[in-house]
Amino acid sequence: MAKRESSAKDLGTGNNQAVALTRSEDQSELLRELVAHLRQNRNQLREEWVGRISETRLLTAMTKEEIFAEATSVYDSYVEALETETFEALQAYARNLSERIIPRGVETHEVVGIVLLLRDVLARSLFAKYQTDFKKLNRILDAYEPAANRIANTVAVGFVQERERVIRQQQEAIRELSTPVLQVRERLLILPIIGVIDPQRARQLTEQLLRGIRTNRAKVVVIDITGVAAMDVTVANHLVQTVEASRLLGATVIVTGLSPEIAQTLVTIGVDLGKMNTVGDLQGGIEQAERLLGYKVVTLAEPR
Amino acid sequence: MEVPILKQGDVLIATFQAALSDADLNHLRHGLVQEVVKHRSRGVIVDVTAMDVMDSFASRTLREIAHMIRLRGADTVIVGIQPEVAFAMVQLGLTLEGVSTALDLEEGLAYLIQKFKSVD
Repeated sequence: MAKRESSAKDLGTGNNQAVALTRSEDQSELLRELVAHLRQNRNQLREEWVGRISETRLLTAMTKEEIFAEATSVYDSYVEALETETFEALQAYARNLSERIIPRGVETHEVVGIVLLLRDVLARSLFAKYQTDFKKLNRILDAYEPAANRIANTVAVGFVQERERVIRQQQEAIRELSTPVLQVRERLLILPIIGVIDPQRARQLTEQLLRGIRTNRAKVVVIDITGVAAMDVTVANHLVQTVEASRLLGATVIVTGLSPEIAQTLVTIGVDLGKMNTVGDLQGGIEQAERLLGYKVVTLAEPR
Repeated sequence: MEVPILKQGDVLIATFQAALSDADLNHLRHGLVQEVVKHRSRGVIVDVTAMDVMDSFASRTLREIAHMIRLRGADTVIVGIQPEVAFAMVQLGLTLEGVSTALDLEEGLAYLIQKFKSVD
């Protein structure tokens, strides 16, 4: 290689293009040789790789058979990517693989780990093969390394992209978790809220409630937030607005189950507590609602 | 635009149309109170079911109407605020504070009749 470079300088820049072409031809030739080697020694190298995987305790969520099956696919895709120098098929495979293994609890570091292990196993086999020809080894590695790195990158990115897609999907699902608006008596609705409320969910809840008030002709609504651990100022304001909007539809809102933290938040933002009707727990809230609606609950007989 | 005002016993029912100009609202404020005086009404229902927007001027006018009618010893109930309108209103801070509201005409009448009974 060094000889070629100095002669190119001697001849001037016009020959650089020629040199570049020659070099890449050279590289393609080397890659072909490399791919042939990897194909020939497929079984042995794959076995070695699988051995390294269990040694380093990766993919513990999968069985030995599954690991072997996936390893075969990954190995073949790896070699194909090296051969064709295209990575779309590999990317598609990586996403497909991720789709299958993410629900099994496989982590990013495991996927990146096994691909790097394969890279190492293959590199070592190249060292072994070309150990007598240091110059050739260097050239082979010049061809192998960029491709191998690109492969590792592609698989890792594919995996991460799939994870992100799943997370987005789950976030959507959580948002759509419809909080049911339940009618428990004539003119009485209960809205039990559980979990984390972000401004978007708060808005959704309000719209659902207002429609529920109109549909069920409710006069009293009990909003129970026992299941809500904390609320930021924005969401607390949404709650106040929900109470006010409900009133515009002729319904009284009773809020129950405020945790000490939420009570603190409401006081901090200076909520006019005169506007908000609150009762300790859901039971108390329902009892108050019944009183407002003119219901009275009496025991007629002993429970059976 | 003329707002129809119907009489139902002791109660007057004014039905707002979809798009009322500021002039219409001013006209109404004056006209409605006159009707209360003329018929010696004990209650007024303002039905805004057809309104798909409620701006700050309309909101303030409704409050003023309710206050003026109260000065004549009568009660006002605003009915028919749509969910989307209610939501938009509270976001703008238009809460119609101090004014009674009910879901619809039926509820508004029930409310007033109840109120009359408690006074009689």
